[in-house]
Amino acid sequence: MGFLMGLFWIAVVIIAAMAAGWVFKQGTIAAAPSPLAKELRTMPLTASFGLLMILIYVIAAVFAPLIAPFPETEVVGREYEAWGNEFILGTDNLGRDMLSRLIYAARNTVGIAFVTTALAFILGSILGLLAAIVGGWLDQVLSRAVDVLMAIPALIFALLLLTIVGTSIINMILVIALIDSTRVFRLARAVAMNIVVMDYVEAARLRGEGLWHLITREILPNAMAPLVAEFGLRFCFVFLTISALSFLGLGIQPPTADWGSMVKDNATLISFGDITPLLPAACIALLTVSVNFVVDWQLHRASGLKE
Amino acid sequence: MSDKQILLTIRDLRIEGRSDESWTEIVKGVDLTLHKGEVLGLIGESGAGKSTIGLAAMGFARDGCRISGGEILFDGIDLRNASEAERRGLRGKRIAYVAQSAAASFNPSHKLIDQYSEAPIQHGVMARREAESDATDLYRRMQLPDPDEIGFRYPHQVSGGQLQRAMTAMAMACRPDLIIFDEPTTALDVTTQIEVLAAIRDIVEQFDTAAIYITHDLAVVAQMADKIKVLLKGEEVEEADTRTMLDTPTQDYTKSLWAVRSHARAEQPAVSSDVTPVISVRNVTAAYGTIDVLKDISFDIHQGRTVAVVGESGSGKSTTARVITGLLPPRRGEVLFNGTALPPNYKSRSKDQLRQAQMIYQMADTALNPKLRIRDLIGRPAQMYLGLNGKALEERVKNLLDLIELEPENYIDRLPSELSGGQKQRIGIARALAAEPAFIICDEVTSALDQLVAEGILKLLDKLQSEFNLAYMFITHDLATVRAIADEVVVMKEGVVVEKGPKSEMFQPPHDPYTELLLSSVPEMDPDWLSRLLEERAAS
Repeated sequence: MGFLMGLFWIAVVIIAAMAAGWVFKQGTIAAAPSPLAKELRTMPLTASFGLLMILIYVIAAVFAPLIAPFPETEVVGREYEAWGNEFILGTDNLGRDMLSRLIYAARNTVGIAFVTTALAFILGSILGLLAAIVGGWLDQVLSRAVDVLMAIPALIFALLLLTIVGTSIINMILVIALIDSTRVFRLARAVAMNIVVMDYVEAARLRGEGLWHLITREILPNAMAPLVAEFGLRFCFVFLTISALSFLGLGIQPPTADWGSMVKDNATLISFGDITPLLPAACIALLTVSVNFVVDWQLHRASGLKE
Repeated sequence: MSDKQILLTIRDLRIEGRSDESWTEIVKGVDLTLHKGEVLGLIGESGAGKSTIGLAAMGFARDGCRISGGEILFDGIDLRNASEAERRGLRGKRIAYVAQSAAASFNPSHKLIDQYSEAPIQHGVMARREAESDATDLYRRMQLPDPDEIGFRYPHQVSGGQLQRAMTAMAMACRPDLIIFDEPTTALDVTTQIEVLAAIRDIVEQFDTAAIYITHDLAVVAQMADKIKVLLKGEEVEEADTRTMLDTPTQDYTKSLWAVRSHARAEQPAVSSDVTPVISVRNVTAAYGTIDVLKDISFDIHQGRTVAVVGESGSGKSTTARVITGLLPPRRGEVLFNGTALPPNYKSRSKDQLRQAQMIYQMADTALNPKLRIRDLIGRPAQMYLGLNGKALEERVKNLLDLIELEPENYIDRLPSELSGGQKQRIGIARALAAEPAFIICDEVTSALDQLVAEGILKLLDKLQSEFNLAYMFITHDLATVRAIADEVVVMKEGVVVEKGPKSEMFQPPHDPYTELLLSSVPEMDPDWLSRLLEERAAS
């Protein structure tokens, strides 16, 4: 019976999610200008659900002080209080409000992940495109350097670098950006390699165009689709790496709220059958899945596959 | 013919294709009757529905297409209502298909003979050993070199023409009643095309196989078909037996197809020897890696003149263009522009030197950046070389669009994907013109286009040449194009200039043997041409 009820609730959640996605899709189509609305019409329900979720996360992150009932780091009750009227999701191991910390953590974790991914992309794609266009020794040097960096398991490498340079948010951003930019480099180089051999690039070279024009006008616009898709995926990976590092104690430092360390702080509750420590994990999972839904849609569009 | 038994009947065939969300009709009620042993030629431009009808004759519709109406009767079997298993039983056994690109259709990881044996064994016609000896026999009849051994090679180990013949042999494996040939020689050089055509015609006659021969080349279809059906946009224009069709076409569209090759450039007076040529290629030897692909090439191109460079694929035509543009610095020799030597590498050429020599590419699809609008595509060279901006630039772009006969207001903000093949090629021409060059290299600019469209492009190039006194280097493998546009001809083979001279001399004997072979290999509209040519070659 319990199993059937479980199935029933799962079905209810999926249907509710799809309904929310549908409502959101219709809403955006109505609100968007006509060329954008045409694009949005091709959006599957999963993608619109993903977009809706991302939007909610962004709102939570931006307006955290307005939404959260309590401050981020203040001790407002006893430790490990149960869910109730005052503390909707209870309190954590120090007596801070769980819900408020979840909301603030969206700001910290997502914000830092976004900055890190953006850095990784700027570094990785510029070098990747350069390697593809210039070729020769520059390509060899960059590619071999990237091979060496990629040969070391990412998490262990990050831990190693962080113990060397010391743990701070800036250092963490730089270290993860460096490690992830190697992956971006490989993709950008591979995509650009296929574009560089096109006749229009040859025509531009023969016209006497400089490197900057080649990158920004001829190659980047045509490499955009796979890079955008990769941005979404990379964002998830970075995000998971940050959470993992925080869980291990080398990431975002207390008392700053962050989903990874929130799981660690409250892990003992699991043994008492309380699901509260799983909430931050669920936040991570939901955002990751949502981003992937949107990325899948973009990839599908970019690859020109129909149906 | 009509006393023979009817093999295939198609009545009021309608096929729809999916675009965006809706279905559009792409074949609009075509009728077709084919008797046993008869060869029907289907011709028309791209988009006429030739291949779609060919596949429908097997009861098959491509992904995104559906047969929406009409009847397909193959030897009394209704292919539309037959079960998938029944149709599968017919395909490969009684109906076979030969695709345009044999190289893309063979599985690269299996030997030819294994792929040959697949159908007979699957259909239970022959055992493996039997199939293999049969393959060898057919390879011999298809005049493949080394028929006993060739089957044991992989597809990449044989040439394109041989592969196409091996594919025809494969289609013959079960001795089908009907073979559908979908442009089997389009991707081949003229000299190899002949061998394949002869082999196909021979084997179809020997086994009294009926065939549907799809092509856009009239001269080819004239050799192969007993009767011809002309298609336009999914509808039949007319059908008649080959000779009647060639001699007295009744419809205007057919006549225009027939007349396509009539464009010819007026004879130009000879250039006096003391005039400095615009481009002069002097003793150029060039190599990729260590292998010389150009050996001691020399020729001149004068102002207002067109030099056609002809030869098979691999003869070094495009490499010559790469040397002139500076993409491939030559090992020895030099390229002179108006009497002064150009730096061998384009990177060390000045902006003005780059401006003077422009290039138009074979595939307009890959030559135009798909993300830029026409405004920027054409405007960029004008902006870069001539320093035009704002209003002046827009004026110039519109002016250029006028020149290439595209309505400026209508086209200036389009993306390349919103243009047809011929229009894209026109944009390529406009981009070259925008630099106001003295010299333009046209690399196979018409070979990817339908004949009528290609004709339009040639006329446009001709008009622009007389207007701006341009020098053209015209790379092509199509001798009909040479006739239409060239003043002088350079024949290349394996990186060497075999013969060069004014067009009038080139088309008159005596020739170099290779030129002779090239010239005689160009299909003519005369339906007896192939038989006559083969006889002549056998005799000599």
